[in-house]
Amino acid sequence: MKASKVILEALKREGVETIFGFPGGQIIPLYDAIYDFDINHILVRHEQGAGHAADGYARASGKVGVCMATSGPGATNLVTPIANAYMDSVPMVAITGQVSRHLIGLDSFQEADITGITLPIVKHSYLVKRSQDLPRIISEAFYIAGTGRPGPVLIDIPVDVTKEELDFDPDHLPAMQLPGYKPNVKGHPKQVRQAARVIAAAERPVIYAGGGVIAADASQELRELATYGHIPVTTTLTGKGCFPEEHDLSMGMLGMHGTPYANYAVSQADLLIAVGVRFDDRVTGNLSAFAPHARFVHVDIDPAEISKNVAADVPIVGDAKRVLTSLLVELKKLELSADRHLPWMQQVETWKREHPLVVRESEDGEIMPEFAIHKIWEITRGEAVTCTDVGQHQMWAAQHYLSSRPRGFITSAGLGTMGFGFPAAIGAQVARPGELVIDIAGDGSFQMTLQELATAVQYHHRHR
Amino acid sequence: MKHTLSVLVENKPGVLTRVAGLFARRGFNIDSLVVAETESPEVSRMTITVDEQDQPVEQVTKQLHKLINVIKITSLDPTESVERELLLIKVKADAETRSEIMQIVEIFRAKIVDVSHEVLIIEMTGTREKVSAFMELLEQFGVVELVRTGRLAMGRGKRPT
Ligand SMILES: Cc1ncc(C[n+]2csc(CCOP(=O)(O)OP(=O)(O)O)c2C)c(N)n1
Ligand SMILES: [Mg+2]
Repeated sequence: MKASKVILEALKREGVETIFGFPGGQIIPLYDAIYDFDINHILVRHEQGAGHAADGYARASGKVGVCMATSGPGATNLVTPIANAYMDSVPMVAITGQVSRHLIGLDSFQEADITGITLPIVKHSYLVKRSQDLPRIISEAFYIAGTGRPGPVLIDIPVDVTKEELDFDPDHLPAMQLPGYKPNVKGHPKQVRQAARVIAAAERPVIYAGGGVIAADASQELRELATYGHIPVTTTLTGKGCFPEEHDLSMGMLGMHGTPYANYAVSQADLLIAVGVRFDDRVTGNLSAFAPHARFVHVDIDPAEISKNVAADVPIVGDAKRVLTSLLVELKKLELSADRHLPWMQQVETWKREHPLVVRESEDGEIMPEFAIHKIWEITRGEAVTCTDVGQHQMWAAQHYLSSRPRGFITSAGLGTMGFGFPAAIGAQVARPGELVIDIAGDGSFQMTLQELATAVQYHHRHR
Repeated sequence: MKHTLSVLVENKPGVLTRVAGLFARRGFNIDSLVVAETESPEVSRMTITVDEQDQPVEQVTKQLHKLINVIKITSLDPTESVERELLLIKVKADAETRSEIMQIVEIFRAKIVDVSHEVLIIEMTGTREKVSAFMELLEQFGVVELVRTGRLAMGRGKRPT
């Protein structure tokens, strides 16, 4: 079978339904083969749009997003979306064409060392030198992108490789060769018991939850922990929606753009239960003054996040879903009383009442953006898939669009990429056909990728 | 304090770049680095020396572990391991100084590996401190050039590093 077909067969086997891409010389064999496959290709108007759409698709669906571009300029146009996905731990596979093997390194036409360029912003990458490695590499790429702490994986394929003939049995899974990749998911039982004890003893606990909860599909478990333990919850920007923001225990977002009450609570807490977060500087501000009275339980699947910025008192490396499940079991053994920290709950209530977020309605007869966002939230009951761009509107959206479910608020948090929102919304719409997807954009951000209007119009009938 | 990490990696193209790139990106400093194949050709060993003062070794180790091609990392305690560097040094030597140099070579259990009319090439292995002391003693004769490997290390005892 032709290598180009093998690639598409392998993608099908990984469950790929949609590819966002833009063609060019070095990836033409792959495009030629696509006609024979039941794969939905969305032709964007700029490769950056393909990358962000794959990102939005992944965030909205929980599946690995796939984008595709040609060599050289096509590949370099994917750099921003790859960095964006890396910063927010989004599972993505980017496939790029490359010049033929004998032309690599010669400054050939449309040659760019894309594996080199993206080295610091990928979870892993491949430059495919032998066509027979393709099935294994594609399996590995999807496995790496989607497991552990998710992230982008790049597969760079020289055009002559895609033209070769090779044996391929779609029913036979190639053995992966990843001796160094063992994502730890379980969480150490002793540490989990210790966390339960610390939580039971806390007088002023706060849950600080982030994108890791959504990635691990652990919202239900988080909710049980909060309600069973009567613990107020604050989330990061990427964590928005992992706990329903209308819930009595929700304090909204924390940090520089967070709610006053979330920040008061963190500053007074004696215990921070940090789940799937990385103590980002937008959250903590000056690290030495962050949560000065608190001990830290830190749950994360990435061991390197633990004690990177803040020393954890109870570190737990593991998948949030599994850790929270076993933590609940341990906590229930300790039989926490509902009123064990009543004064704290009352204090949080008081802060919420006395320092609410203000929605400015209008000034000089003009509608204020916060009010518009508030209205969108009211009308959609927080159930639309809401994407944002980057800037002041993003923070207003984060504050006033209360998200009621995970994967319902999609924003470029870590990289802060203007131009992300609109193509991400296109990707989200493809992932969730029939649902309402909204992009709250700034005038500046929108102009960075507004050529994707043509993409949206072209595919509208299929995905709305 | 200097800290030695013995890192087993997949012997594949680009792995050294990934490791070096990681150090650059995270602002870590490499003091010395030695790379070579191990007893199994699909695995290479990188012996990396870092200074604890420049960066938390725990973060370095954890970040290295995140590289897909990194298989195993052992942090070597100097008291529990043997460490060596290799030095090749080219020193001026005439009829007058030659015997004195040879004495020093003898004391340090070094080896003369090449002799010509005006210079000697000497090979020497030892701990970093010993290699430095040897170099210092030879300075007075005129060092034409020298090459020195980074630190190699192996844990003591039965268990493989
Ligand atoms: C690609 C990129 N370039 C520059 C910036 C810096 N930046 C952050 S917000 C912003 C203004 C955004 O304007 P707009 O999209 O209109 O949003 P607003 O703040 O007006 O709501 C700029 C220039 C960025 N985040 N991303
Ligand atoms: Mg604006």
